[in-house]
Amino acid sequence: MDLIRVKNVEKRYKNGVTAIYDLNLAIEKGSFVFVIGGSGSGKSTFIKLLYREEKPTKGQVIVGGLDVAKLKNKKVYKLRRKLGIVFQDYRLLPKLTVYENVAFALECIGEKKDIIRIKVLKALEDVGLKNKVHEYPDHLSGGEQQRVAIARAIVNDPKLLLCDEPTGNLDPDMSMEVMKVLEDINKTRGTTIIMATHDKEIVNKMKKQVITLKDGHLVKFKQKGTYAE
Amino acid sequence: MKPIRMLGRSIRDAVKSVIRNFSLSLASISCITITLIIVAIAIVASFNVQNFTKAIEKDMTIVVFIDNEATEEDVEEVENKIKKISNVESYTYQTKKEVKEQMQQESEVFKTVLDTWSDEESPLKDTFQVKVKNVEKIKSTALKIESIDKVSVVRYGEGMVDKMVKAFSSIEKITYIVVIALVLVTVFLIVNTIKLTISARSREIGIMRLVGASNITIKLPFIIEGMILGLFGSIVPVIFTTYGYLAFYKHFDGYLYSRLIELILPEPFIYQASLIVIVIGILVGMIGSASAVRKYLKI
Ligand SMILES: Nc1ncnc2c1ncn2[C@@H]1O[C@H](COP(=O)(O)OP(=O)(O)O)[C@@H](O)[C@H]1O
Ligand SMILES: [Mg+2]
Repeated sequence: MDLIRVKNVEKRYKNGVTAIYDLNLAIEKGSFVFVIGGSGSGKSTFIKLLYREEKPTKGQVIVGGLDVAKLKNKKVYKLRRKLGIVFQDYRLLPKLTVYENVAFALECIGEKKDIIRIKVLKALEDVGLKNKVHEYPDHLSGGEQQRVAIARAIVNDPKLLLCDEPTGNLDPDMSMEVMKVLEDINKTRGTTIIMATHDKEIVNKMKKQVITLKDGHLVKFKQKGTYAE
Repeated sequence: MKPIRMLGRSIRDAVKSVIRNFSLSLASISCITITLIIVAIAIVASFNVQNFTKAIEKDMTIVVFIDNEATEEDVEEVENKIKKISNVESYTYQTKKEVKEQMQQESEVFKTVLDTWSDEESPLKDTFQVKVKNVEKIKSTALKIESIDKVSVVRYGEGMVDKMVKAFSSIEKITYIVVIALVLVTVFLIVNTIKLTISARSREIGIMRLVGASNITIKLPFIIEGMILGLFGSIVPVIFTTYGYLAFYKHFDGYLYSRLIELILPEPFIYQASLIVIVIGILVGMIGSASAVRKYLKI
């Protein structure tokens, strides 16, 4: 079954730049998909369309049966509760501990304290940071910080995890750490993962599905693809 | 349970950021304080003015003197004509004898003087005492009555009351303008305080949006922050109103200038006035923060 269906989507920014041209694709539930392409090819725009940070100028973006393009601003939060998002810059709150950073996501949606505790500890265990619960982000390595961000993204058990260059700030070792965590989440939790990256090595090693974008056009959508220019 | 939890969180966040932006918060609170003190004075003054203008208006009567040579039929006709005037609420008729008796009862001096006159010599006249529905139109009503045949003089408490009502209404207008100007300045300051909070917490707001916090959850702490500023700003004005009015009332012994102008009893008036001041403070804070949220929190 398809979790995501993109039909005839065009995204043209207000300044006249078209970032996505006539995009059509479907992504199955439980899959792990890389979105690759050079800088400015439209990877981030594609991700943003999926979590309704941007609206397409044409076409439909269906996520879990819901046409995200038609979603009113006030209702966007309903979509966001069903997915997790991870960025290159982690976006953690420096004054909160690891535990508090992850718990923040559940507090914001009014979850009960005892349920928060159970879910946060489970998520931190899944990303291998159970021993750093009371640390502050500044005291962690980049890889660890990114894993905190991943824990926060998955703490509410989303069906879909979106990652925009999650390894962009990390050295190869830390990147592989993060990739292992993502693969693990995909396997054990069954979470669909879509990850934008321009890191060839990672894509080639992981042997996952690959969507290749070039100047806003879909070039290829391959099962077990590699990074080819 | 969930809304209470979210409210608790919002209040906690709001208090935190009031403390964090202490200097700007203090500026807002001071501005609210000044505004509310003036608002409080305006409230106390206008309630009192209303109170005694009402009391005076109740006593405002048109006294219609009937010519001495008028016959009983003439009087009846005057009565019919008065009855037909739309602004007339009620009237009573007093013969000069009744007038005399009343005056004799009121004062010893009058009694001795009046006793020296026989009924024929008496300077007193038969009168109608007319109450009107709308005091503002008392002048035209008086003129209408004056034009009736066999009516000689019409008197009403025009001079003093007219002037007083006019003076109060112009004072009231000036107060309104000052209050509105102050409220605008206050709202402007609150908007800027909240703007600062919003920008200080932009990262947090961004994350909240990502993880699916509803708009109301994101906005509420800022709105509450404004309301807290308003509440803090009303503390001094409430103390000022309560003790100020008590002292004022005591000093003047409940009356201003003469027995005619009676002040409102301090209790429960000071509590009502304080409540109004607090509500206005919180409302002004809320309006300021709501407009800041609308302007600077694009969600
Ligand atoms: N908010 C924006 N406003 C205008 N143009 C944008 C905006 N975001 C991205 N673009 C443009 O859209 C194109 C695709 O950008 P992006 O999706 O960020 O690509 P990538 O993530 O692959 O580097 C680029 O030409 C970029 O300049
Ligand atoms: Mg990008």
